[in-house]
Amino acid sequence: MHTHASFGGIFSHVAATPMTMSSAISVAHVCVNHRSDQPALDDVTLEVRRGEFLAIVGPSGSGKTTLLRLINRLADPTSGDVLVGGSNVRDQDPAALRRHIGYVFQGVGLFPHLTVAENISITPRLLGWDAARRISRAKELITLVRLDESNMDRFPDQLSGGERQRIGIARALAAEPSIVLMDEPFSALDPATRDALSQDYRALHERLEVTTVMVTHDMLEALLLADRIAVLRAGRLVAHDTPAALVRAQDDAFVQSLMQVPRRQAERFSAFMRGQPNG
Amino acid sequence: MDDPRIADAWARLPDYLGNHVLVCVISLALGLAISLPLALVCRRRPALRAMALGITSVVQTIPGLALLALFYPLLLAAAALAERTLGFSFSALGLLPSVLALTLYSMLPVLRNTIAGLDAIDPAIREAAVGVGMTPRQSLLMVEWPLALPIIMAGIRTAAVWVIGAATLSTPIGQTSLGNYIFAGLQTQNWIFVLFGCAAAALLAIATDQLLGLIEIGVARRRRGYKIVGTAGLAAVAALTLLAVSPGQGLSYVIGAKPFAEQYILAALVQQRLAADGLSATSRDGLGSAVIFDALAQGDIDIYVEYTGTLWANQMQRTDVLPRAQVLAEVTRWASETYGVKVLGTLGFENAYTLAMTRELATELGVKTDSDLAIYAPRLSIAGDYEFFGRPEWRALRETYGLTFRSERQMQSEFMYSAAAAREVDVIAGYTSDGRMAQYGLIALADNRHAIPPYDAIVIVSPKRANDAAFLKAVHPLLGAINIDLMRQANLKISVDKSATPESVARWLWEQIERR
Repeated sequence: MHTHASFGGIFSHVAATPMTMSSAISVAHVCVNHRSDQPALDDVTLEVRRGEFLAIVGPSGSGKTTLLRLINRLADPTSGDVLVGGSNVRDQDPAALRRHIGYVFQGVGLFPHLTVAENISITPRLLGWDAARRISRAKELITLVRLDESNMDRFPDQLSGGERQRIGIARALAAEPSIVLMDEPFSALDPATRDALSQDYRALHERLEVTTVMVTHDMLEALLLADRIAVLRAGRLVAHDTPAALVRAQDDAFVQSLMQVPRRQAERFSAFMRGQPNG
Repeated sequence: MDDPRIADAWARLPDYLGNHVLVCVISLALGLAISLPLALVCRRRPALRAMALGITSVVQTIPGLALLALFYPLLLAAAALAERTLGFSFSALGLLPSVLALTLYSMLPVLRNTIAGLDAIDPAIREAAVGVGMTPRQSLLMVEWPLALPIIMAGIRTAAVWVIGAATLSTPIGQTSLGNYIFAGLQTQNWIFVLFGCAAAALLAIATDQLLGLIEIGVARRRRGYKIVGTAGLAAVAALTLLAVSPGQGLSYVIGAKPFAEQYILAALVQQRLAADGLSATSRDGLGSAVIFDALAQGDIDIYVEYTGTLWANQMQRTDVLPRAQVLAEVTRWASETYGVKVLGTLGFENAYTLAMTRELATELGVKTDSDLAIYAPRLSIAGDYEFFGRPEWRALRETYGLTFRSERQMQSEFMYSAAAAREVDVIAGYTSDGRMAQYGLIALADNRHAIPPYDAIVIVSPKRANDAAFLKAVHPLLGAINIDLMRQANLKISVDKSATPESVARWLWEQIERR
C-alpha cells in the first residue's frame, strides 16, 4: 500500500465529493451489464481533473473502450452516473454532447467523400459556424497538427496513415472542445510516426489546455504520455495512479505484470547499448 | 436509300419516340420516388427488407409483355369500380397500365443497390459520424447517402436501361412507343420498321446510360462538370422528345387495330376516310384481341374492325355454330344490349381461321376436308399464331374432328405460310383472307362439319360515338365495299411489295373501291 498511500488522501476526497471544481469528468459507481457487443464494467469510479491526460490501459476485453464511450454517450451505463463539466450526461442530448467533446477514432474514421478541410470542419459545421470561421479554423488546425495547408483540398485516400491520423486529431480539436477522447489513436502507425505524433499531441494537450482521455493497450505509451493511468482488468478498475507511482507499485501482481514488459524491454535495450547482448 | 418506308419511319419518329420517352420518364420517376424511401425504411427491418426484395425480384421474373398485359384487366376492373362508387372513370388503356407495370419493373435494381450501397459503408465511418456529433438524419444525409450514391446511381442506370427496353412492349396495351415500329414491322414484313424501332430504342438506352454514367462519375469523383453535362444532356433528351408529343388527343377519334397486317391496312383506310371528311384521328396499333373489345366498350378507342366469330366464341362464349347472317344478327344485338357498342355493318369479306397445307401434300394424302385430315393428323405437325391454340376455335376443331397432331408450334403469323411451303410444318391455322395462301401454294381445308363460326369482318363503334353522325357518315362508304379477293390482294401487297406500307395499300384499296 506504499504507493497508494501517498495518493490515498486525494482519492478518498475525490470519491466523497465527485463534483469538485477541478474535475472535468467524473465516473461514479458505473456498471455496464455484459452484452455480446461490448465488454462489461463493474462498479467503476474515476475522476479526471481539468487539464489532465489520463490513459486507460488493460488487456483486450477489459472494458477500456466501453469506459471511454460512456463519456460521450456512445455507450450508456446500466447503473451509476457519468458527469461531464459537472452535469450528468444522461440529461444531455447525445449529439449535442458529442459536438463539445473531441473524439479520435482507432480506425481514424475520416469521411472519404470529404476533403481534408471539410473533414476538419465537420463538427463546427454541425454547430452552425459560418463558412469563413470554419475555413480559418481548419487552416489554424492543419498548421497546429504540423501539416501543410496545401493538403486542405485533398481527399483522405491521398494521405499517408500518419497524415490521416493528424487530420483525425485536427478534426477532434476543431470545435474547441475542452475534452478530447482518443481510442488507440496511434496503434496503426509505424513506430517512428507513432512516436512523433504522440509527442506532438502531448504538446498540443498542454498548449490548448484540454483534458484528454486516451485508451491504449501499450503500457509504455501510457507511461510516457499520461499524467495518470487507469488500469482495468475484467471490467474492474484495479489501479489509478501516476506513471511514477505505478512503476514503483509492489502490491498488485497484475499491475506489476503490466509494468514488466516495458521494464524488461528497457533493461534489454540498455544492456544492448552497453554491448552486452542478452544480459 | 429512297425507300418510302424509311421516310415513313422518320415521319413517325417524333410521335413514337416522344411517347416512349414520356412513359419511361414517368415510370422511372415514380420508381425512384417509391424505391429510394422504401430502401431507407427497409434497411433496418430485415423482415420488411426480405419481403420488398422478394416481391420486386418476382416482378422481375414476369416476362415484360405479360406484366404489361396483366395491368390492363386490373385497371379495367378498377376503372369500373371507380365509376360505380366515385362516379368518375379513367382510361385503363395506354399510359396508365404501362407506367404502373414499368414502375414495378424499375424498382428492383434501385431498391437492391440502395440497400447494398448503404450496407457497404464501413461501420467505422458510421461510428465516426455519430462520434463527431451527427444526428441519425445528419449521418444519413451528410455521410451515408453520399457514400452510397455511386452504387445507387449504378442501380438507376440499370433500371433506366431496363425500362427503356421494356417500354417497347407497351404497344399492345395501347401506349404508343418505339414498339409500334417493331409490332407493325413484324406484322407487315416491314423490316426497316423493325430495325428502326430496335435501333431507336437501343440508341435511346445507350444515350441515357452514358449520360447517367457521366453523373455517376461526377458523383463518385466529385466533378461538378460531369454532373452538369450529364444532367443537362438528360434534360435535353427529355425536353426535345417530349415536345414532339402531340397534346389534345382527346379531340380526335381513335382507331384501334389488332397486331396483323389486314388490321393495319383497314385502320389506315378508316383514318383516310375520316381525314377525307375533315375528321382527325389517331391510331392505337397492335392491341391484343383480348384487350381491344374492352377498350372499345370503355371508350378508349372509338372504332375498329372486328370479326363476328371472334366475338361469338371469345366474348359471348358461344360454342354452337349458326349460319353467317344469324351470327351477325346475334352479335349485333348482343354488342348493343350488353355494352352499347354499335355494329355498323360488314365490310364484305370473311377472315376465318382455316386449316391449310400445301397443294402437293394435300394431293399426296388425298385430303380435302378437316375430316380427311383427322386420319393423318397424328403423323403431322401444326403451326398457329400466338393466340390460336388458346382460342375456342381450336378446341372446337379438335373436338369436332378428333384432331391430334404430332406436334403444335406457335409462330409469328408472317412466318407460318413460308414455313408450311418449306414443309417445316405440315399444317397451319391460316386466315382465309390472307393473300399468302395463294402466294405459297397453300389450300384451305373445308370445315365440312362446321366446327368454326363465320368470321365476317365488321366495323364496330364505341358507345360514345354510336350517334356521332359525321363520324358514321365518313366510314359508311366502306361497308360492303371489300370482297374477299380485294382483301387478299391488299394483304398480299404488304407481304410481297417491299415498299408497301399500310397507308399506301389503304390508298390503293380505296381506289379499287371507288372504281366500282
